[in-house]
Amino acid sequence: SCIRYRCGLTNTIQDVLNHRPGWVEVKDDAEWDFNWCDVGWLRENFDHSYMEEHVRICHFRNHYELTRKNLMVKNLKRYRKTLEREVGRLEAAKCDFFPRTFELPSEYHIFVEEFKKSPGNTWIMKPVARSQGKGIFLFRKLKDIIDWRKDGSRSEEQKDEAQVESYVAQRYIENPYLIAGRKFDLRVYVLVTSYIPLKAWLYRDGFARFSNTRFSLSSIDDQYVHLTNVAVQKTAPDYDPEKGCKWQMQQLRWYLTAKHGFETVQTLFKEIDNVFIRSLLSVQKTIINDKHCFELYGYDILLDQDLKPWLIEVNASPSLTASSQEDYDLKYRLLEDTLHIVDMEGRLTGKEKRIGGFDLMWNDGPVYTDVGLEALGSSCLVANTHLGCVNDREKQLQQLLKPFPGQKKT
Amino acid sequence: MMDESTELSVSITQIVQRLKGTHLHSQLEKQAKECLHKPEIKLETLKDDVRRVLKASGWERKLQNAVYRELHVLPPPGHPRAPPEHTKEPLAYMLKAQASWEKRILKSLNSMCTELGIPLARKRPVMEQKELTNKWNEMGTDEPDLSNFRPVYAPKDFLEVLIGLRNPNTERSDDLTVKSHWGLIQVSLNVHDIPQMRETYAELGLSYGQLGIDDHTHVPPDLFESEHIHIGKKVVSEQDSAAAQQYSRQGCPTGLRAQLWSLILNTTNDPEDITHYEQLKARVIHHNLLVDNLIYKDVKLTASNDDYYFVFEDYLYQVLLCFSRDTAVLEHFNYNSASPPKSSIQSKSGSEQCAVVYPPNGVIPFHGFSMYVAPLCFLYNEPSKLYSVFREMYIRYFFRLHSISSHPSGIVSLCLQFERLLQAHLPQLFYHLREIGAQPLRIAFKWIVRAFSGYLSTDQLLLLWDRILGYNSLEIVAVLATAVFAFRAENLMEVTSLASAEAVLADLSTLKVMPLLQIFLFATSI
Repeated sequence: SCIRYRCGLTNTIQDVLNHRPGWVEVKDDAEWDFNWCDVGWLRENFDHSYMEEHVRICHFRNHYELTRKNLMVKNLKRYRKTLEREVGRLEAAKCDFFPRTFELPSEYHIFVEEFKKSPGNTWIMKPVARSQGKGIFLFRKLKDIIDWRKDGSRSEEQKDEAQVESYVAQRYIENPYLIAGRKFDLRVYVLVTSYIPLKAWLYRDGFARFSNTRFSLSSIDDQYVHLTNVAVQKTAPDYDPEKGCKWQMQQLRWYLTAKHGFETVQTLFKEIDNVFIRSLLSVQKTIINDKHCFELYGYDILLDQDLKPWLIEVNASPSLTASSQEDYDLKYRLLEDTLHIVDMEGRLTGKEKRIGGFDLMWNDGPVYTDVGLEALGSSCLVANTHLGCVNDREKQLQQLLKPFPGQKKT
Repeated sequence: MMDESTELSVSITQIVQRLKGTHLHSQLEKQAKECLHKPEIKLETLKDDVRRVLKASGWERKLQNAVYRELHVLPPPGHPRAPPEHTKEPLAYMLKAQASWEKRILKSLNSMCTELGIPLARKRPVMEQKELTNKWNEMGTDEPDLSNFRPVYAPKDFLEVLIGLRNPNTERSDDLTVKSHWGLIQVSLNVHDIPQMRETYAELGLSYGQLGIDDHTHVPPDLFESEHIHIGKKVVSEQDSAAAQQYSRQGCPTGLRAQLWSLILNTTNDPEDITHYEQLKARVIHHNLLVDNLIYKDVKLTASNDDYYFVFEDYLYQVLLCFSRDTAVLEHFNYNSASPPKSSIQSKSGSEQCAVVYPPNGVIPFHGFSMYVAPLCFLYNEPSKLYSVFREMYIRYFFRLHSISSHPSGIVSLCLQFERLLQAHLPQLFYHLREIGAQPLRIAFKWIVRAFSGYLSTDQLLLLWDRILGYNSLEIVAVLATAVFAFRAENLMEVTSLASAEAVLADLSTLKVMPLLQIFLFATSI
């Protein structure tokens, strides 16, 4: 029997679904078994749809608890407080991976207090619900935003909006880790198939996005310097599409290892794992768990000069449009492996720790790699994540999966 | 012929001569003087005690490393009555060919200069100097109009020259027989075959562990990798140049490579090195050279377009512009068959013309030159350190890839070795490619000239360069070129044109270098 899918996007995911053996596209009001929808469709239709047990959809109903900047911050702060109360300061400090953030206008006054404590610092203002770098600006003086508040510098379209848009003001990281003088951020993919219990997978591939121009604090008006989203970079005057400005995660990890040594980089990547796990735990009880739902998040991480990772934001709909052949191949693999994990075909046992390029990072608790019988106790426990490591997924998949019904094993 | 002991004393004299007056020399003297204050130094046993202290404090090791480095760049001892040209290149016809090639390059450079009306060198006005100083860390943002500049030559031009090389002492037979050489290089040099190389490159053999093979994900690290890393750390802490070189034969761990290479090349980042670099930088600020435009153009055309190296664009300018002005590089012409080009400039009064070396370092960059530097940016990010390492690698190895000589690591020998290996071990393939007008060297030449930089993925390239340093020879580059053809032989047998042969070999980014080398050297039946 075939699997009927509905797809609201026209990019890489369309190709992946199209090529999957036994999957057939359905449109309009036809019944579906699998839906790759955009968040707009979800908002309008989720509550009215009845889904049978086997049906799968690619978003959680209230994913915005994690992906909207103001809500994420709220949830993280609350989780941190809980940890401090129930476990202690040290444990709570493990949540200190997001810069001081305040929601505006609701937290305006506490923000001003914090702002005054450290004059001269740079802050970044981000609209809560927009993406691709739109509406973001940097400031150093309260005067800059007081003007902004008075609608002085807002565009016409912003003034027309019926509701007051929420913003977050965040401490800008002034000492980003630079490679050859350029700032970059990391895009990492995390797949969550359940929140209660929390089951999350980390993809080995990802990339570092470089700013097209050299980093300097003296030019905070030049948004092209500071924002590394490819979407923003594309509009910069000296953008050269052929340059690509991306490094594969493997390249970055290898570069950092050459510079700082194996142990330092291993510690760094463990800390990055911590960012994912804690952020997901912070919304675990808030997100409406639903066995029909899974979600592929695009995490944006920034490293500072001390090699500390900072969480910039989480995307529920990471861009699946490809900027180059290499990028297309990465996203294709990623989506293919996502579908393997969702496992509409029922080929998995549920005990797997690795599927293609995904490693099981959290399964109601930390997940460790299989160690040999000669392991010497708990000090040898190694986390099961391999971000930026070799992704020999084809070989692994061949060994793991039974072929599709009707397909000969190659 | 000198006997061994005379040779040795000549070498010792030469090395002592070279080390005298160096910074290391003055540091050793200073250290020796300072340790006179130590209580354990006794007048009766002064010499031995001072030696002991210097050994314990690591200074003897530094001296050892310096001597070891000198041995690398010391030309082989020749006959006391041989002219200096002999040291550069013993074969007269090679020397002549190199000289005439140089004439051509210089002519090309001069005519570009006349055509464009740009002087070979020009002092920068003060405004321009200020601007450049401010922009020193981001010269890549400059977009000068380079459309009128062409590279002085490209590798394929150089290949034509090598193909035309003839030894006037050999009798040429135009009949193609089974015994004749099928390739493009028509001179005969002594190059190694597989049995000889199995001995030389013993550490690449099947019974030794290798980085690039035995650090693969499915191999447990206890089998080789952990121990190898452990030894690497010890080598670094001992600061032993010779040990590092031996160690590098089995590959350098990513986390230790920068230090190990620095040790092998004996490059330091002392205040005097930094000062030297700053002086070069000052020269760049003061004067603009015509070759600077060639460097810009080269970087923009090659490294900036590379997926891995685009990030390092600025570093490349910072290294190459300074390199052009470094007269210390002129020293390597003592053992290079090439000679620094001389250009005549008018003296200030305009009345005389005198010949000066141009560019100051005597090296005219060609298309792809910046690729010698680009991979090093992954290891070093301090400009002065990056510069020192690149310069040493150039004067030890890279210069041989673009000058005509009979040296075993010279480009002629490498090309010949590639062709001979291919003909001996893949005769069917070679014959087929010849027949369809796809001479293998025409495809492999660009890899060899660049020591594969820009063709392999960076991590694989550095594993290859580990072995160049480890064995102090570029021979491995020729072997790899052959191994690549061997690997893609099946596909190559199917092609029917040069273009399709090029297409089969266009993308080497997925190749794993060490397995290819190991299979070719140790699993080929002979």
